[in-house]
Amino acid sequence: MAHQSTYQPSSKLGAWFDERLPIPRMVHGQFIDFPTPRNLNYWWTFGGILVFCLAVQIVTGIVLAMHYVASPDHAFNSVEAIMRDVNWGWFLRYTHAVGASMFFIAVYIHAFRGLYYGSYKAPREVLWMLGVLILLLMITTAFMGYSLVWGQMSFWAVTVITNLFSSLDMLVPGLGTTLVQWIWGGYAVGGPTLNRLFALHYLLPFVIAGVVLLHIWALHIPGNGNPAGIDVRLKSDSLPFHPYYTIKDGFALVVFLLLFAGFVFYAPNYLGHPDNYVPANPLQTPPHIVPEWYFLPFYAILRAIPNKLIGVAALFGAIAILFFVPWLDRSKVRSTTYRPVFKWFFWLFVADCLMLGYLGSQMPEGIYVLLSRLGAIYYFAFFLVVMPVVGMFEKPKQLPGSITEAVLGKEAAAKAEASA
Amino acid sequence: MSFSMTRMRAAGLAAALGLAAVLAVPAQAAEHGPELKELDWSFSGPFGMYDRAQLQRGYQVYKTICANCHSMNLMSYRNLGEPGGPEFSEGDVKTLASQAQVTDGPNDQGDMFKRPGRPSDRFVAPFANPQMARAANGGALPPDLSVMAKAREGGPDYIYSLLTGYGEKPDDMQMAPGMHYNEAFPGHQIAMLPPLADGVVPYTDDTPKTLDNYAKDVAAFLMWTAEPKLEERHKLGTRVMVFLFVFAIIMYLAKKAVWKGKHHKAI
Repeated sequence: MAHQSTYQPSSKLGAWFDERLPIPRMVHGQFIDFPTPRNLNYWWTFGGILVFCLAVQIVTGIVLAMHYVASPDHAFNSVEAIMRDVNWGWFLRYTHAVGASMFFIAVYIHAFRGLYYGSYKAPREVLWMLGVLILLLMITTAFMGYSLVWGQMSFWAVTVITNLFSSLDMLVPGLGTTLVQWIWGGYAVGGPTLNRLFALHYLLPFVIAGVVLLHIWALHIPGNGNPAGIDVRLKSDSLPFHPYYTIKDGFALVVFLLLFAGFVFYAPNYLGHPDNYVPANPLQTPPHIVPEWYFLPFYAILRAIPNKLIGVAALFGAIAILFFVPWLDRSKVRSTTYRPVFKWFFWLFVADCLMLGYLGSQMPEGIYVLLSRLGAIYYFAFFLVVMPVVGMFEKPKQLPGSITEAVLGKEAAAKAEASA
Repeated sequence: MSFSMTRMRAAGLAAALGLAAVLAVPAQAAEHGPELKELDWSFSGPFGMYDRAQLQRGYQVYKTICANCHSMNLMSYRNLGEPGGPEFSEGDVKTLASQAQVTDGPNDQGDMFKRPGRPSDRFVAPFANPQMARAANGGALPPDLSVMAKAREGGPDYIYSLLTGYGEKPDDMQMAPGMHYNEAFPGHQIAMLPPLADGVVPYTDDTPKTLDNYAKDVAAFLMWTAEPKLEERHKLGTRVMVFLFVFAIIMYLAKKAVWKGKHHKAI
């Protein structure tokens, strides 16, 4: 890791252990006196919140798995048994279900923060790409978890999404069908499908945890970005992580928990869909199949395109394109605060994603189809046209000389420069 | 300066968290069914609790009317005596259970046999299998009611609206054979006969025996069967929210103290 630890063992035992396995040294260096830019705002607290969300999902999920039965005949009722007969079962299950939504709220804010402040730019490209990989894993995991309830929406979401792969038949006849049957483990969504979804839903969170470690590792090589988008240069540009950011992240986490608990205790089903309290029925298609709210923008993009294969390509492309953002954006300036032109396109992109989310929940008819198409076009244009072109022509605003200057003003910065 | 900055940041954070609500709205608004009658339930709101007497009456309506066609497979008789529900006495629960004939077995001779129900038994379903249920109901399958109040948009409001929603069909509407007009049912054609009428269920308290009261009481009862831990959830929720709110204030003050002089121009 880039930052050298200043750890001093305070006991003989500590020194003995540190010489043999320097975990205390690593923790001290990376999470206690790790130099962190002093100008981070509250948008930077979502990294810590996300670690918390992952931990909550894993802990509640492991206990739920002790009671859940992954079989088409018993899955739905086993979930209800958790709600009724397992001690604290309702709390575990609602926390896990609401937790998924909270996780996505936090990850979307985290990702938009990264986009706004250019957190993907050199030297943080790998950090960003690991983040996109985590998002992709989260989407997969959440989708699989939702299917385990084995209600009507679970069942039909699995049917619709796995059937997307059959569009490959348009490329190579038979390829898609074969692939879909391989995924299902049969000729329809059924017991084998549910079992593998459960197995993978249990596995993937640990894969996510692994990639999160890499993500944090990659963060700790260059250190945090910051709202000014300039590098840490002076000693006074940064503060030790503890106590300054442990307390700030802690406060933000408690506020986030208020929202989280509000949903769990007072509106646990608000973010879900009533149809998922109807047991799965392969013979009866719900009138309107909608995914969970966090997938709606992607669902809108899928449905905006009349050709199934291209629609599926656009769906996957909408995530895949994020991997290339570090090279699509040609501007040297990281923070959008100093980019007067890009700023407009950024907020338009945020609005576009919200609009696509709304459209994803509506029936694909009339004006909604046209808006979905316009929304999908702008989604891709933002990355493929706006990012490269605006970067070339935009005249950025004057950047502050240092983070110290940005926070404490020119006078203090001059003093700091003189003493450096 | 620092105060207004903090406020602005806090406002930004609040706005971000509000995103959840904004995003959730369309998912709910997606399915516009018929207009529902919205009632003021005792269990709605953050401090809402069930009305025991109402749940007991609701069970009476369910038992007398609904249970003739609808199963309730997730419920056991013991649940009727558990805290947070109708809270029938232990003796009452035993009596209510024993009124049902439960198929048990096989016995030592290998035969199935009937015996009076016990509190640990599941509610006995009116039909042995879905096919039999369909055969007895003109081809329509009466759905299981255990989680019905969570399985329909509007929940108890929907159930109440449906039960009170029968009426004369508009003149220009074509009805399929065996269907009944109902203003709350999507498509307005429902196979279920109007199940309730004034006076059909005896009440042990002096609540007027009207269709409207039956509908309200059974809707509340179905809300309890769908959400039997609602009271526990609301009670714990109050304590958790108060704790988090106080904790947030302490954290905020601690954060302010730690950061004093570190992030604004007054160095």
